[in-house]
Amino acid sequence: MTDTDAAERNHPVTMLVNGVHRSAEIPARRLLSDFLRHDLGLTGTHVGCEHGVCGACTVLVDGRPIRSCLQFAVTLDGAQVTTIEGCTRADGELGSVQQAFQDCHGLQCGFCTPGFVTTITAFLDENPDPTEDEAREAIAGNLCRCTGYQNIVASVLRAAELANGSAGQEST
Amino acid sequence: MKPPGFIYHRPETVEDALGVLADVGPDAKVLAGGQSLVPMMNMRLAAPSHLVDVNRLADLAYVRVGTAADGGREVAVGALARHADVERDEAARAELPLLAQALRYVAHPTIRNRGTTVGSLVHADPSGEMTAVLALLGGSVELRTATASRTVPAGEFFVGPLESCARAGELATRAVFPVPAGRTGSSWHEVARRNGDYAVCGVGALVTLDDVGRVAGARVAYISVGPVPEVLSVADVVEQAPVDAADWVAAGRYAADRLEPESDIHATGEYRRHLAGVLTARALREASARAARLEETILEGSR
Ligand SMILES: Cc1cc2nc3c(=O)[nH]c(=O)nc-3n(C[C@H](O)[C@H](O)[C@H](O)COP(=O)(O)OP(=O)(O)OC[C@H]3O[C@@H](n4cnc5c(N)ncnc54)[C@H](O)[C@@H]3O)c2cc1C
Ligand code: FES
Ligand code: FES
Repeated sequence: MTDTDAAERNHPVTMLVNGVHRSAEIPARRLLSDFLRHDLGLTGTHVGCEHGVCGACTVLVDGRPIRSCLQFAVTLDGAQVTTIEGCTRADGELGSVQQAFQDCHGLQCGFCTPGFVTTITAFLDENPDPTEDEAREAIAGNLCRCTGYQNIVASVLRAAELANGSAGQEST
Repeated sequence: MKPPGFIYHRPETVEDALGVLADVGPDAKVLAGGQSLVPMMNMRLAAPSHLVDVNRLADLAYVRVGTAADGGREVAVGALARHADVERDEAARAELPLLAQALRYVAHPTIRNRGTTVGSLVHADPSGEMTAVLALLGGSVELRTATASRTVPAGEFFVGPLESCARAGELATRAVFPVPAGRTGSSWHEVARRNGDYAVCGVGALVTLDDVGRVAGARVAYISVGPVPEVLSVADVVEQAPVDAADWVAAGRYAADRLEPESDIHATGEYRRHLAGVLTARALREASARAARLEETILEGSR
């Protein structure tokens, strides 16, 4: 086998993606972003810059947000991944972060939105009641060409409100 | 913007990793967090034939605070500790706050979730915060091959821009950050064009006070003003001064005069020198205030 053949050899990869076991045979150079989009058909994850600066491709791996364009899928064999498709509620309705974006007009063209929603989901898990400054800091690594960010900051705060509100409702 | 092909290796133990590195020869790269290597591969600036993925070496995923051989305290960071792990480690924050103070400025939280601190040292970006932190604290990096091991002090580790002394086939297993002795406060300040970007100029400061609150030592380290992190002492300007009366602005000017920053697309050399002076004064003032507070809490505690 030549080196070129060896480099294109396929590797079996399995991940728990949005709660479902998904497998594919892929070359080692397949980026996680392309694995999700091309091999698994989950095109909600967007690819903007492919070098880590825009944040559009952000997904959660074992609960932490990462840039899917900066990881080889083989590295994450066995990992638990949440994409934008996994940010809805169990009944298929919009999740609290998605609902907040709708309420606050937090998107225009929507290209950047999947990266924001995943980033904010993980942020609110850690900090359920952020200040406006913390909300702004939380989204500082994601670029948006349309909104001017004000409504996205508002969406973070609204999502926190929605999540805390629904928790309150359940307990009554 | 797709990375070129490579032969993939995923060892499960440090010994296996060292064995693979010995076998595959010089055209191999270690893959850690991938936050510098993968963008370079995506942009086809790097095209290694072999990648040795160290993400399964769970033994290297640690942040340990302990006693050094010389009796001082130190924070040891394993090669698989992510920036975020170091930043959040409570014991490390308590003993060596400078780590978290500087890590806040390393890229964005999302990138710190994958990027490793040891990887950023090996990568040796002249704008990488942790290079200057290691240099300021007088730390070291441990490098291993299948047959040998060496510990390289920060002063020798950084050779040039994007060049550390780690050779092909060597695995950096850990970095050691010594905790400064005495009543020492620290601070990190930098200016970047956008939040999370590489700094146009960044400075870390350590100020040590004596028992009566006079400056006993003051050192600073810089990123983005030279090919490798630059460490300077400003003791000549402020030593023996009572902490409230020390002339930090003069210390900033003194340090800036000793730097030779170059011009590039982001800033002129002169502007960088100006920034260095201003940021040095700020960082030293903040570090000295922290050292002074430290003194009070120690004194109050002993009452
Ligand atoms: C958008 C963006 C912004 C960034 N901003 C900053 C910033 O402001 N400041 C900053 O410091 N960094 C920044 N980074 C880089 C980040 O800190 C990286 O995590 C770090 O430079 C490399 O660590 P890594 O674990 O990702 O290494 P990798 O990308 O996996 O590897 C980098 C290099 O080091 C080698 N290497 C890694 N680990 C080892 C090891 N254990 N032994 C031997 N060789 C090894 C690799 O072979 C490779 O050559 C940024 C990155 C991105 C994408
Ligand atoms: S596509 Fe991954 S950060 Fe831009
Ligand atoms: S809504 Fe268009 S880029 Fe953000």
